[in-house]
Amino acid sequence: MATRRAPDQPRWGTYAILFGIVVVSIFPLYWSIVVSSRDQSAVGHYPPPLVPGGNLFDNLAAAFDQGNFGLALTNSVIVAGTITASVVFTSTLAGFAFAKLTFRGSGALFTSVVATMLVPTQLAIIPLYIMVTQWFGWANDLRGVIVPALMSAFGVFFMRQYLTSAMPTELLEAGRVDGATTLRIYWSVVLPIARPGAAVLGLLTFITYWNDLFWPLILLNTQNPTVQVAIANTASGIEVDYSLVLAGTVIATFPMLIVFLLLGRQIIGGIMQGAVKG
Amino acid sequence: MEKLRSRLYRFDLKGSPYLYVLPFFGLFAVFGLFPMAYTAFISTTAWSPRRAGSEDESVGLENYQNLFGDENFHNALINTFGIGLVSTVPQLLLALGIAHLLNYRLRGRLLLRMGVLVPYITSVAAVALIFNQIFARDFGLLNWFLAPFTENPIDWRAEKWASWLAVSAMVTWHWTGYNALIYLAAMQTIPYERYESASIDGASRWQQFRYITIPALRPTIIFTVVVSTIGALQLFAEPFLFDTTRNNNGGSDRQFQTVVLYLYQQFWTNGRYGYAAAIAWTLFGVTVVIALVNFLLARRIRSED
Repeated sequence: MATRRAPDQPRWGTYAILFGIVVVSIFPLYWSIVVSSRDQSAVGHYPPPLVPGGNLFDNLAAAFDQGNFGLALTNSVIVAGTITASVVFTSTLAGFAFAKLTFRGSGALFTSVVATMLVPTQLAIIPLYIMVTQWFGWANDLRGVIVPALMSAFGVFFMRQYLTSAMPTELLEAGRVDGATTLRIYWSVVLPIARPGAAVLGLLTFITYWNDLFWPLILLNTQNPTVQVAIANTASGIEVDYSLVLAGTVIATFPMLIVFLLLGRQIIGGIMQGAVKG
Repeated sequence: MEKLRSRLYRFDLKGSPYLYVLPFFGLFAVFGLFPMAYTAFISTTAWSPRRAGSEDESVGLENYQNLFGDENFHNALINTFGIGLVSTVPQLLLALGIAHLLNYRLRGRLLLRMGVLVPYITSVAAVALIFNQIFARDFGLLNWFLAPFTENPIDWRAEKWASWLAVSAMVTWHWTGYNALIYLAAMQTIPYERYESASIDGASRWQQFRYITIPALRPTIIFTVVVSTIGALQLFAEPFLFDTTRNNNGGSDRQFQTVVLYLYQQFWTNGRYGYAAAIAWTLFGVTVVIALVNFLLARRIRSED
């Protein structure tokens, strides 16, 4: 045998470089904790403080009051949660149909799903604003943030790819032979198989809409913000109090970090899976 | 009875699939397709919420004509392309390198992968605000770091190149790890035997990377180039938050005003719905053209091999 798995064996240099990259990846978040745990004057001089100080909880509390973060966190949970539930539901249904059912026009319809992934959100923003605020009367209303996002072309694409490989077509045929309707098969065969993929799609969707800024910023004001709108609003003006601003970013990021620590493996798996099949 | 049953069966087989895709397409028709078409209509009017009745004021293609002669729009296009290049190219090259390193048989693999992905789960708003401090002229972290090398602190917002670099740094930090994982996924599908036989033939590591890894990754690279390009054309939150005055100028001289920030300014700050809609459709046109060019280039490169 020739050399044993040469490209696979890392040297210490590999670890050193990767460690450096991880440090760069994490440092800005660490820095946000450093700044938000100091008072404004400590941040405003050189050399800057490089370790956290003792003001973290004071600043978090102050940011919480000023930025309306109690309401903002609740709003973000409602918005991201509702959108996630709906996207997973509509995508699993459509993904199943595109993956396993034969019907006239399915190829063209699926191509149109892929094509819509190219369409920028900004293309719809002006009519959406008019529709939501004037026709539906949802100015500054969470429904206006939620309803236009209830479906996702990426979600349909993702679930179709997942089910194409995860579900053997024989299962569908076997169900048909047993006299089960498509809905019955969907409920008792497809859904259990789709669950891991649906969970990953749910995670990615939740992260996306927890972090979304553009549309909520247009629709919601400071009285009724999501977390991203709240932190964007703390940061305006000439004199920026960075310890309060970054306390806001800590509040906004913390819930996602917890989710990531608990479910990082699944999130990474989902991204990598989507990549290979896409 | 028998007839009804067979009819139901036929419907279940041929008709019911449409019911499964209906929730998606129904919602998409109302909140995706209709607004797109409506944007096209608005772009031919002088609609402004500040003038009653202006929604019926048709101006034909005047908004588009004005747009072609609008210096601020040209400026926004140049900024968008410039920032796009400065953020996308290093980002994807870095991601490729990181993916290569992550592809070794590492200890603590999950932790390392999570480490590089942390920026992805951070919101764009949070990224921009944190980097605002790092790039602050007075008492910013980076200027402290650079102090020994520069005479005066760099005003990252004031100059074109400096502001492009700052905005690009935010984008690069946010997306590199994500792209690295996508490349890593593709690398893991390459059969190991190909490397083994290449190393028997005496190929160096670099040659293996160049002649085995890169060609196998080509479809994935094209995919990430297209996705990052589209993302770069839609850049908004970073430049929006980097200008703390919030007048949506993208700097005192519009030095980092992107197309979408300009669109937002026309729509939100100036209440020019018709003009903003024309910007939206023009941006979409540019996106389609660039996506097509990407595809054609990719195909050409493939056929040359």
